[in-house]
Amino acid sequence: MSILEGLRLAVNGLLSNRLRSGLTMLGILIGVSAVILLVGVGNGASVAVQQQIQSLGSNLLTVFPSNARGAGGVQQGFGTGSTLTLDDVKAIANRQSSPDVVTAIPSAGGRAQLTFGNQNWNSSLTGTTQDFPSVRNYQLASGQFLTAADVDASSKVAVIGQTVVTNLFSGQDPIGQLIKINRQSFRVVGVFAEKGSSGGFNNQDDLVVVPITSAWNYLLGGRGRNVQQIYVEATSAQATSAATTEVTEVLLDRHHISDPTQADFQILSQQDVLNSASQTTGVLTLMLGAIAGISLVVGGIGIMNIMLVTVTERTREIGIRKAIGARRRDILMQFLIESMFLAGLGGALGILVGFGLSRILPLAVSSLPTPIISMPSVFMAFGISVGIGLFFGLYPANRAARLRPIEALRYE
Amino acid sequence: MITLEGITKVYRAGEVEVPALKGISLHIPEGEFIAIMGPSGSGKSTLMNLIGCLDQPSEGRYILDGYDVSVLTDDQLAWIRNRKIGFVFQSFNLIPRASAVHNVEMPLIYAGDSLQRHERAMAALESVGLLDRASHLPNELSGGQQQRVAVARALVTDPAILLADEPTGNLDTESSLEIMKLLRDLNQQGRTIVLITHEADIAAFAQRVVRLRDGVIVSDERQALATEMVR
Repeated sequence: MSILEGLRLAVNGLLSNRLRSGLTMLGILIGVSAVILLVGVGNGASVAVQQQIQSLGSNLLTVFPSNARGAGGVQQGFGTGSTLTLDDVKAIANRQSSPDVVTAIPSAGGRAQLTFGNQNWNSSLTGTTQDFPSVRNYQLASGQFLTAADVDASSKVAVIGQTVVTNLFSGQDPIGQLIKINRQSFRVVGVFAEKGSSGGFNNQDDLVVVPITSAWNYLLGGRGRNVQQIYVEATSAQATSAATTEVTEVLLDRHHISDPTQADFQILSQQDVLNSASQTTGVLTLMLGAIAGISLVVGGIGIMNIMLVTVTERTREIGIRKAIGARRRDILMQFLIESMFLAGLGGALGILVGFGLSRILPLAVSSLPTPIISMPSVFMAFGISVGIGLFFGLYPANRAARLRPIEALRYE
Repeated sequence: MITLEGITKVYRAGEVEVPALKGISLHIPEGEFIAIMGPSGSGKSTLMNLIGCLDQPSEGRYILDGYDVSVLTDDQLAWIRNRKIGFVFQSFNLIPRASAVHNVEMPLIYAGDSLQRHERAMAALESVGLLDRASHLPNELSGGQQQRVAVARALVTDPAILLADEPTGNLDTESSLEIMKLLRDLNQQGRTIVLITHEADIAAFAQRVVRLRDGVIVSDERQALATEMVR
C-alpha cells in the first residue's frame, strides 16, 4: 500500500466522521496556536525590552558612587555616596588615559516641579553638560542644546522632553518661553525629539535638562557640588568592557585606592543590564512555551482517545481488510497516517490561527508586546504536532494491526 | 490444488480443551465445485477458516496450490489470502464507506498491484453484471447486488480458489439462485470453488458434497449436476 493510498484512506476515514475529526483537530489547533502565540509574545517582550535598553545607549556605562556608610558602618541606599566630582568626569573623558571612552558626562538631579502659566507638571530633573545628547542618545526636535558656555556660566536655560511639552504647553511653541523650575525661572532653549519607548521602564520623554552648575546653584540646594552619576560613552558596544577597565583604573588612581574591592564607586554597563534582561525574558519565553506545550500534549491525548474509538468502531473493516490480504503494516500505516494527518492538519490550521491571533490580539490588548513569530518556532510546532500524531497514534494503530482476522470479522 | 492431511484444531476455553476438528483429510482437485455441509457445531466454520488461511491448524498439513500453509508467518498468510483465495462471506463484508468499484479494487491495493487497477476492477464488476453500479455505495445496493460485488472482489486477483461461506445465508430465494448460478458459471469457466452451507438445495449446485459431524468427515460423495432441475 502506497503512502498516497494511505492518505486517501485517511481523508476518507476522517471525512466520514466530520464532527469528531474536527473536534479532535481543534485540540491540536489550540495547542499549536497557543505555542506560536505565546512564544511570539515572549519574543516580542524580549525584543521590546532590548530595544528600550538599547535606546538608552548600548555603549553606555554608568558610574555610581558607592553606598554611603553612616555611623557604625551602616550601609545607606545604593549610590548615596558623594565621592564623584566634575574633575573625575574630565579625567575619564581624557582620551590619553582611556582610549575606549568617547566622552563622559556628569549627572545630578531629582524630581522638579515645573510651571508655565497656569499649567504645572512634576518631572525628572537632570543637571549635566553639553555632551548629554550624544551620550544618552537624545535628538533635538527644535532649538538647541546647552552649550559649554551655559555650563561654565551656570545659565538658567533648560531643554525639555516631549511629555513636558505636552503637559505644559498646549500647542504653544516652547522655545524661548520662560518656565519655572522649583520656582526659579529658566528659559527653554531646546526640545528633545520623542524617544518613543513607553511602558515598562521610566518614561524617557518626561525630563528637563539644565546645566549641572545651574542645578547645583539654584535647584539642588544644600546637597553640595557632587555628581550623582557619570555616564560614559564607550566607542562601541564591544568596547564597553575595555572602557569599564579604563574608567576603573582612572577612578581608583584619582581616589587613591589600591584595592579594587574597596572602590568607592560602581560601574554598570548597559551590556550587563541587557544580558540580565535577555536572560529574564528568555526564561519568560520558555515558560510561556512550556505552558502552551502542555495544551499540545492534551491535544495529543485527545487524538489517541479518538483513534482508539475509531479502531474499535472499524474492527470489522480491519478484519475484512486482513481477510483480503492486508498485512500488519498496511493496517498500521493506515491508522498512523490517519492520526498524523489529523494532527498535521490541526497543526497547520493552528499555525494560521496563531498568526491571525498575533495580529489581532495586540489591537485588542494594547499593553501586550507585539508578538514576534519566529519561523523556527512555527516549523517546530508543526513538526511536533505531526510527531504527536505519530506518537499518540502508535498505540491505537498497533492495536488495530494486531487484531486477528477471524475475531475481527466476527465483531459486531 | 488443496490437500488437507490429518488436520486437527483444538480451541482452549480456559482449562478445557475443545476439539473442533479431529483429523480431517481431504483433497480438492483444480476446477472442482465442492460443498462442505454440516449442522452448526460440526466444525465447518473452523474448517472454512483453516482453508481460508484465517487460522492455522493445531496439527496436520495443509497444502494450497503448492504452498505448505501450516508453516507460514502472519504476513505470508496475508499474501496467500490476497493472491490465492477469494472470499465470499455470508454478510457480504463490503467496506461501507467505499464505492462498489473501490471495494473490488481493494485486494489489488494490498497486492501492491497498481497496474490498471481500476480497469481490472471494472472488468471484474462487468463479469458479475454490475458495471452500471460501480460508483454506488454498498448501502445503495440490494443484498444480491452486494453479494455480487463481493464475488467480483473475490475474483479480481484471479485466485486459485473461491471460498464461499454461506453466500446465500442473508439472501432471498431469487437472489440466492442468482448467486449460485454465478458461482456455477465461474466453476464452468474452470474456477475451483469451495462452498460452505447447511442448506441442501444450495449444496445441490456442487459436484461433490462433503458432510461434517462433530469434527470428522462422515460422508464424501459426488453427485450428478442437480442444477439442471433448479433451472
